[in-house]
Amino acid sequence: MKKIRNSSTTTTTGGGGATTAMRVIVPLQGVVQGRGGLFLGSVIPCALFYFLQLYLKGRGGRKSGEPPAPPESSPSETHLREVSTLQRVHSRLLLSPRGTSGPAQVSSRANAIAKQADGTYCVGLKRAADDPYDEMNNPDGVIQLGLAENRLSLDMVQEWLADNTRESIISQDLSISGIAAYQSFDGLMELKVVVAEFMSQVIEKPQFFNPAQIVLTAGATPAIEILSFCLADPGNAFLVPSPYNPDLDRDVKWRAGVEIVPVPCRSADNFSLSTTALDRAFNQAKKRGLKVRGMIISNPSNPVGVLYNREMLYSLLDFATEKNIHIISNEVFAGSTHGSEEFVSMAEIIDTEDYDRGRVHIIYGLSKDISLPGYGIGVIYTFNENVLSAAKKLARFSPVSAPTQRLLVSMLSHTKFIQRFIKINRERVRRMYILFAGGLKLLGIECIKSNGGFYCWADMSSLIRSYSEKGELELWENLLNVAKVNATPGSSCHCVEPGWFRLCFSTLREKDIPVVIERIRKISETCISRS
Amino acid sequence: MAIEIEKPAVGLSKVAVSDTHGEYSPYFAGWKAYDENPYDELWNSSGVIQMGLAENQVSFDLLEQYLEKHSEATNWGNRTSGFRDNALFQDYHGLQSFRKAMASFMEQIRGGRAKFNPDRIVITAGATAANELLTFILADPGDALLIPTPYYPGFDRDLRWRTGVKIVPVHCDSSNNFEITPQALDAAYNEAESHNIKVKGVLITNPSNPLGATIKRSTLEEILEFVTRKNIHLVSDEIYSGSTFSGEEFVSVAEVLEARDYKESDRVHIVYSLSKDLGLPGFRVGTIYSYNDKVVTTARRMSSFTLISSQTQQLLASMLSDRTFTENYIKTNRERLKKRHQMIIDGLKNSGIECLKGNAGLFCWMNLSPLLEEPTKESELTLWKSMLHEVKLNISPGSSCHCSDPGWFRVCFANMSEQTLQVALTRIHNFMDRRKAMKSSPDFSSY
Repeated sequence: MKKIRNSSTTTTTGGGGATTAMRVIVPLQGVVQGRGGLFLGSVIPCALFYFLQLYLKGRGGRKSGEPPAPPESSPSETHLREVSTLQRVHSRLLLSPRGTSGPAQVSSRANAIAKQADGTYCVGLKRAADDPYDEMNNPDGVIQLGLAENRLSLDMVQEWLADNTRESIISQDLSISGIAAYQSFDGLMELKVVVAEFMSQVIEKPQFFNPAQIVLTAGATPAIEILSFCLADPGNAFLVPSPYNPDLDRDVKWRAGVEIVPVPCRSADNFSLSTTALDRAFNQAKKRGLKVRGMIISNPSNPVGVLYNREMLYSLLDFATEKNIHIISNEVFAGSTHGSEEFVSMAEIIDTEDYDRGRVHIIYGLSKDISLPGYGIGVIYTFNENVLSAAKKLARFSPVSAPTQRLLVSMLSHTKFIQRFIKINRERVRRMYILFAGGLKLLGIECIKSNGGFYCWADMSSLIRSYSEKGELELWENLLNVAKVNATPGSSCHCVEPGWFRLCFSTLREKDIPVVIERIRKISETCISRS
Repeated sequence: MAIEIEKPAVGLSKVAVSDTHGEYSPYFAGWKAYDENPYDELWNSSGVIQMGLAENQVSFDLLEQYLEKHSEATNWGNRTSGFRDNALFQDYHGLQSFRKAMASFMEQIRGGRAKFNPDRIVITAGATAANELLTFILADPGDALLIPTPYYPGFDRDLRWRTGVKIVPVHCDSSNNFEITPQALDAAYNEAESHNIKVKGVLITNPSNPLGATIKRSTLEEILEFVTRKNIHLVSDEIYSGSTFSGEEFVSVAEVLEARDYKESDRVHIVYSLSKDLGLPGFRVGTIYSYNDKVVTTARRMSSFTLISSQTQQLLASMLSDRTFTENYIKTNRERLKKRHQMIIDGLKNSGIECLKGNAGLFCWMNLSPLLEEPTKESELTLWKSMLHEVKLNISPGSSCHCSDPGWFRVCFANMSEQTLQVALTRIHNFMDRRKAMKSSPDFSSY
């Protein structure tokens, strides 16, 4: 009995794989057990399952939802190397292959995460962090185009902090007991009030956001995870238009155990979402026995950078109503719109139309719009009383530290500073977008016309040798190792068409753009000459 | 004319609708009573005194002084590169300087008797998150952790709610001062097995909450022997390690491991936080220290869900690497807690109330079992209610800590001023006097 259970749990390879594994192994074991006993009953199904996995991988693992294996050693191995050089540290085996015998096992959840070789997304980020480009000191370093963090306006924030930090933390009427003592986990009310105001300032509309519907968390990542825990049970699914932000795989699957069913969008439609595709994905999920509990859209979208117009939002709400599911609208880039198109928040639609509010939830955060990644604040904005109540309690696992909250209350209350910041930041994002997309165009690389976010979704398929995921990854490697440019390949975003890359320009300065363009040009010549 | 069919409201998950958050239990109900009628020396001297909150306010002044003197710790604007490092991509590794400072602080608390490697430190937004995270890593839904009773009521929520992991209690009782015995551990393990529940680890709190006492070295060794024999994990929650009244009495599992050259250490994980020792719960700083590489790597990745802002890390890195400050703080804090503890023990003794002999923590474990009508949980809750509504003291009943002996209560003494504590003691004294009077009066057959 025990042995069967053990082998079932140790052969899972991924969150989604677990249930399918069980479905294959258990009946097989039953069959084999009759003839071959316990031992064969375990070994044969495991072996079959192992070969099945190999077969699936060979067919092109994109469908399995796992990012492709990286070309280099995973950061976890590097980490272990670092650790083992330190004195007086535990000798023993570092990574037992499956952990079946020997040291106490960790959970299959943990095993799946640990084994998951870091995808191209993380590998690239690490390489850029380890060997960062610097005009003076490291001109051959890796230029980071894989990080959607806004460094364009750090100077303004820095200036404000230099002038204001100390008072905001220790002021005469605010003793340390005010900031150090326990507060409610979902954030100070004063902060929620100014965050609500900021949310409407940033979309430049008099849209009212109710502070009482806000839950603050330590970043948008836990905000998405908390909603996943509230809206779906493990094994349920969310529909997500692809290509989508690679982080979502972690946020939704790792601990909440919710599956993502991608809804593919195509270049022919400018990667816009169609309800036909949504419907198809929903039905396919149903056939696979997956219960769809909701959909997650990002608006402005990441990685494509387009906005959802009113009509589209209405159809999404209609769809959600028809299927009785939730909608999570991730609006973290709402303040980084730079085109001529109008940004419409879900909040606006809910206000003006008669939909069931209980199914709508908005994610926001302060790290994209206001250049504060290390100060991560995430916002869950929900219209559902029960979700609000549960999320407030769950925020205890990801709370924002009090001094940071005080600082932000202060900063966001400085209306003049915030107004100036929003205006200038937007101008800078717009300018960088135009320069960058323009530079790429000179190389014959077209981008989807973007109205928001700080990245270009570029079609680099002309540079790839074979029109396939393999070809795309070769280009990614080339870009990283030869051109020394870290870009995010479409495959890690689950894009169904090979050759698309997300290139973030928000960590560059204007003068870095020609350098980037030149580096890409150099390898594009070698790519074209090869094909 | 179509008849409107009411569509079912859009569904929520089991996690969202479960009440594993425990906010209906007496532990939290007491807090509500306090919130509605909080004691204030000047404005509400008949209000409820909060003695159910394990917070350390006795050494705030030391922190305030430090921050006044070292304003550069709070000011990042001037140090250009500092700010850039600060605000950049939030790497889940955490600032090196902060991890180093935490490791050094943890060493100081243990009097240098154990070494901590900064690279084994994983930072989380509080010990609550750290405990939950470890549970996700060590156990699957349906598995169990063994936890000696009485234990912190929050564990029922923190370790079970989202993780789906069960808690199987290891029963300890007053017959041997609630010490953990190998028999009790075995009994709990077998209990779990008999229900086909897979035990993945043991979680101890050392110093113990709610007992307010450190775990003996020999007991730690027995526990280590047990987990090794069963090939399971050991989590040692040491968040009160800096709140021992004397430095020498606390033995960390880290010391025991170091003494045996780290044999079998990759099953051991330590949780720490600055909320109790430094009195900074609002900062939300927790750490996991694991001797297991896989756990460190996985925990680190998972910490993306519970990061500490770089601003806070920077501030604390400065403060905790200042040895003059930390040595003085640790020493002074211990002395003040000891004094406070003595005050409450003496006060209770004068009222005829005994407590478990304690040597750590922000609370004492008070024995009110002689006051119970019957040795039952119901009787205990009746007594708790009268303490709350009549005496206007919020204390935590042992049953909410899963204590098998009824009549024990946890009473916190560090989250208020000395004057307030005195008022509380006076109220208890009066309460006890009234009871004596009532008992000796023939008109009252029952309390």
